[in-house]
Amino acid sequence: MIESKRYGSMSSVLKILGENHIWFFLAICIAVFSWASPYFLTMNNLGNVLTQGSFIGLLAVGMTLVMINGEIDLSVGAILAMACALAIGLQDSMGALPAILLAILSGAAFGFVNGALVALSGIHSFIVTLGALIGIRGVVFIYTGEQALMVEDFSYTEYAEVYLGPLSLTAMIFLGFTALFQWLLSNTRHGREAYAIGDNIKSAHEAGIRVKRHKVINFVLCGVLAAVAGVLLSMRLGTAEPNAGKIWELWTIIAIVLGGTRLTGGYGSMWKTLGGVLTLAVMLNGLRLLNTPNYIELMVMGTVLVLALVLDKTLANKKTN
Amino acid sequence: MSNIVLTADGVTKHFPGVVALRNVSFDIRAGEVHALMGENGAGKSTLMKVLSGIYQADGGSIHHQGHTQNFHSPKDARDRGILLVHQELSLSPELSVAENIYLGAWPTNSFGVLNKRKMNTEAQQALNALGCDFGPTVRVGSLSIAKQQMVEIARTLAFNANVVIFDEPTGTLTETEKSQLFDVIRSLRKRGVAIVYISHKMDEIFEITDRITVLRDGEVQGTVNTRDSSIAGITKMMIGRDLDQYFHRAQSIIGKEVLKVSHLSSQGLFEDVSFNVKAGEVVGLYGLIGAGRSEVAETIFGVRDRESGTIEFNGESVHFTSSRDAIDMGMALVPEDRKQQGLILGMGGRHNTSLPHLKLFSRMGVTDIQSELAVFKEYKEKLDIKTTGPEQVLGDLSGGNQQKFVLAKWLCAGPKLIILDEPTRGIDVGSKSSIHRYIAELAEQGLAVIVISSEMPEVIGVSHRILTMANGKIVGEFSGDEMTEENLITAVSVVSEVS
Repeated sequence: MIESKRYGSMSSVLKILGENHIWFFLAICIAVFSWASPYFLTMNNLGNVLTQGSFIGLLAVGMTLVMINGEIDLSVGAILAMACALAIGLQDSMGALPAILLAILSGAAFGFVNGALVALSGIHSFIVTLGALIGIRGVVFIYTGEQALMVEDFSYTEYAEVYLGPLSLTAMIFLGFTALFQWLLSNTRHGREAYAIGDNIKSAHEAGIRVKRHKVINFVLCGVLAAVAGVLLSMRLGTAEPNAGKIWELWTIIAIVLGGTRLTGGYGSMWKTLGGVLTLAVMLNGLRLLNTPNYIELMVMGTVLVLALVLDKTLANKKTN
Repeated sequence: MSNIVLTADGVTKHFPGVVALRNVSFDIRAGEVHALMGENGAGKSTLMKVLSGIYQADGGSIHHQGHTQNFHSPKDARDRGILLVHQELSLSPELSVAENIYLGAWPTNSFGVLNKRKMNTEAQQALNALGCDFGPTVRVGSLSIAKQQMVEIARTLAFNANVVIFDEPTGTLTETEKSQLFDVIRSLRKRGVAIVYISHKMDEIFEITDRITVLRDGEVQGTVNTRDSSIAGITKMMIGRDLDQYFHRAQSIIGKEVLKVSHLSSQGLFEDVSFNVKAGEVVGLYGLIGAGRSEVAETIFGVRDRESGTIEFNGESVHFTSSRDAIDMGMALVPEDRKQQGLILGMGGRHNTSLPHLKLFSRMGVTDIQSELAVFKEYKEKLDIKTTGPEQVLGDLSGGNQQKFVLAKWLCAGPKLIILDEPTRGIDVGSKSSIHRYIAELAEQGLAVIVISSEMPEVIGVSHRILTMANGKIVGEFSGDEMTEENLITAVSVVSEVS
């Protein structure tokens, strides 16, 4: 009896680890870079890694919600750029706080349009948000006049300079949203509906879940989080480049998939996404500390991504056999 | 009549181009199991979808517990206590058992935060009432199909259903699981739940139901008490004519030996299996699920590796290492699960038919559409397949017509031996009968045929000789008048008790 109980608790720990391969992978990455570079394993650097990863991280938290629904949002990079431009462009005329609110509101509005188009037209979100990716980027170029906008009052850039030990405000916001949305996923009706819809949309609909409304809400949340990332980026840089966040939607997808959330929906969690985001950030940081040339960096990242997914698939297959 | 729970009164439902239901009236009483029968396409599923709120009727009315109802959604019907247990289970595999039971009606506080404890406790009560041995927090995807079905039934208890509709519930269950299901249905009946039971299987209908309503072409043919009716009578109502001969045994001339299997064994699956099949002969292979019948077939066909024993095909010792070799030598295996193994449902009839034999249909790698079309047309006529044309995707066809394409696909290369694994599982009486007739025709043309089946009437009806299998061994051989249901069931059950 005791024997079986001990086995039971051990196997449940193994089960949790087995379901989140990414944390193993992250541990390996940290070990390798700690060995390869003396600068890597310092409080200061690890804090930096987290801050750098937080922008993709915020995009990924929102997109994980959408992905569990079985959808995708390719427009997050463009929404981020728009929010970044609005936060800087509007603050001279109306003050920083209203500008920030409007910037975040723009994210909500774009998310709403994405979600409404997907839910009402029935066109796949890949197509809808691919259109949004191009269209919103166009709006950003028009708004900024193809120039980088500069902040006039440099005190704005100090808003984000709040630290708790090595944790920056940006990192705290990212971790806070991760925890909040993980709680939302596992403990609220909306969160459980997200899985039900992504897993078996027909049974969800037949059970009376309002599928369309649910999806629109998730696209709005995804847009809001992208805009929050945009505002934080504007504080960090003090400028708004029209090209900000370009192809970040791809890095976001890579982080999520690396974490283990399924592109097909119905399966995933914020813990997985957090693992994926951190792994990506650690690898980028580590390779830069080692002065790896940019093209080699891309090559390594691509290879590692594919290898990590092959490993994940192999382990998953082993488990089912 | 008293204690009527649900009444359909003149219900009519149109789909573009077809009338699916025409003026359908019938009623369901509390505490009865009411069978709904009919061939595929007769309108059973449409009627059930109207009653459970998935479709809305175009005409007529539905009365539930004395009130005229107009369900706009499955949720409406569920709130009134009408629940459907789907044929293709409608669960979310990644969610827990309790979450699936209360799908869309999870107990929450006013901020939408789940009350998991309440949900799990109540789900546990429903599971206990059904005698389930799994808990409410288990992930549904990790359960067997039979247990997943219990989750759907637990849902009906949790919502306090007064009408439960079972749509082909035993399609994928073993005998033991089936009798457990029947116990559950009987206990629901005892609680006064009105149960609608849809099935093709006559033995189940006569075992579990109290009344039978038969539909044909969207119209009610009549409602009868089960104990006052017979299989022949119901069949006649379903197809609208007497089946002069329900089964067709081939009147063929038995020729020389085509297949000879000697002492074939495979670790843990079957052992020392020996038998032969002659040209023109139909050999039935009867046994319960798990007896090793399909595994023997797959081993002969080269899909599985064998441990020991020999196989002679047309007098030649063969050892296929892949199904490709077996196909090229003139063997065909029609698998049990047509959706997973037999057909590509997103492609049309023409492509599906020529798929395993593209070599025959192509010149230098380019397919010859004309000969494909000719073969498609030939089998469409021979097997009486109802399809709009060579390009109609098979996913749109009924199960019976899909199964006919599975046959066409394997027959068009002209095999010498064909192995049919459960050839008529889950298809309607009319299609069944035309497949049986065609099996006879094949044998009469000189093919050697092996029919694997769990349905005794079928295996007795079509075979010249029956081999019974249990626990991986051949335990009996019957021919002529010895082929009776009593003999077969004794043969397979005696052995299972011993081991």
